[in-house]
Amino acid sequence: MAKIFGAVEIDSNRCKGCDLCVAACPTSVLSLQPKEVNDRGYHFAYTVNPDACIGCGSCAAVCPDACIEVYRLVDKNA
Amino acid sequence: MTREDIIKDENKVYSRPRLLLDATMHYCPGCSHGVVHKLVAEVLEELGMEDTAIGVAPVGCAVFAYNYIDIDWIEAAHGRAPAVATAVSRLQPDNVVFTYQGDGDLAAIGTAETIHACTRGENIMIIFINNGIYGMTGGQMAPTTLEGMKTSTTPYGRRADINGFPVKISDIAAMLDGTCYVTRQAVHTPAAVRSARKAIRQALINTREKRGTSFVEIVSTCSSGWKLSPVKANKWMEENMFAKYPLGDIKNTEVKK
Repeated sequence: MAKIFGAVEIDSNRCKGCDLCVAACPTSVLSLQPKEVNDRGYHFAYTVNPDACIGCGSCAAVCPDACIEVYRLVDKNA
Repeated sequence: MTREDIIKDENKVYSRPRLLLDATMHYCPGCSHGVVHKLVAEVLEELGMEDTAIGVAPVGCAVFAYNYIDIDWIEAAHGRAPAVATAVSRLQPDNVVFTYQGDGDLAAIGTAETIHACTRGENIMIIFINNGIYGMTGGQMAPTTLEGMKTSTTPYGRRADINGFPVKISDIAAMLDGTCYVTRQAVHTPAAVRSARKAIRQALINTREKRGTSFVEIVSTCSSGWKLSPVKANKWMEENMFAKYPLGDIKNTEVKK
């Protein structure tokens, strides 16, 4: 059966830490940094559980600042 | 499978729209304006309208829209965006003209301009961001504020006997003969974002084909004005705003009955 691998790249300096991507992710890949902040003082989003990503693009669809890029790879042999 | 194997250009399924400029948006975290800007940029790129589209920016939170989307823009006086768009679309019939307005701009000071542009059936698209509050000036009551909703000018909640009832401007626009497409959308979930994208696409095609006025209302959140976190604001919108402003197409003359 084919397996889907996904990955997201987050522009952490553009992120405003609104938490919408975290709520939209169906596989709980994303989370906000608990302590670290970016240049503008926001707790930016990061991939806390990157292996679970399926590259569905839900996080990128709801991101108001368009700071998420999504990659998806379907491995037919896996 | 390592991260390096997945992050390659050929596997990219979503990236920042090309027409969205590098400037960081001034909107508060979680603001629906950002999502709608992104959708407008995506659809304009998809339809190849970057050279023909002319946007008319309102007064309100979206006043700096010209800093964010790489097309031609005009800044209109408060509420007068449909009037300015009328002039532009008549003088430049080859261009696709749209306005981008909030509820304080479109439903309060600009009601006359909006209704008459829709009545005349001007070939423009109107994007109406309805968050039920004046976000930019500090969260005052807007005409679309729900009954019982607390704002800085209605601290005990909006009362119908003093403040009147919320106005459903899209339903009014749908009654006018000049409009060809009136729809109400939201951008709080990925499915809603896709649906809103389709609506904006349809409206821009209508405008290009000169079918009349297209009116796209987007029920939005104002987490700063509502004094909620962005995620809670989305939930509040689902529970309260959608009861008064149900989503879906209100009028579509392209669909044969």
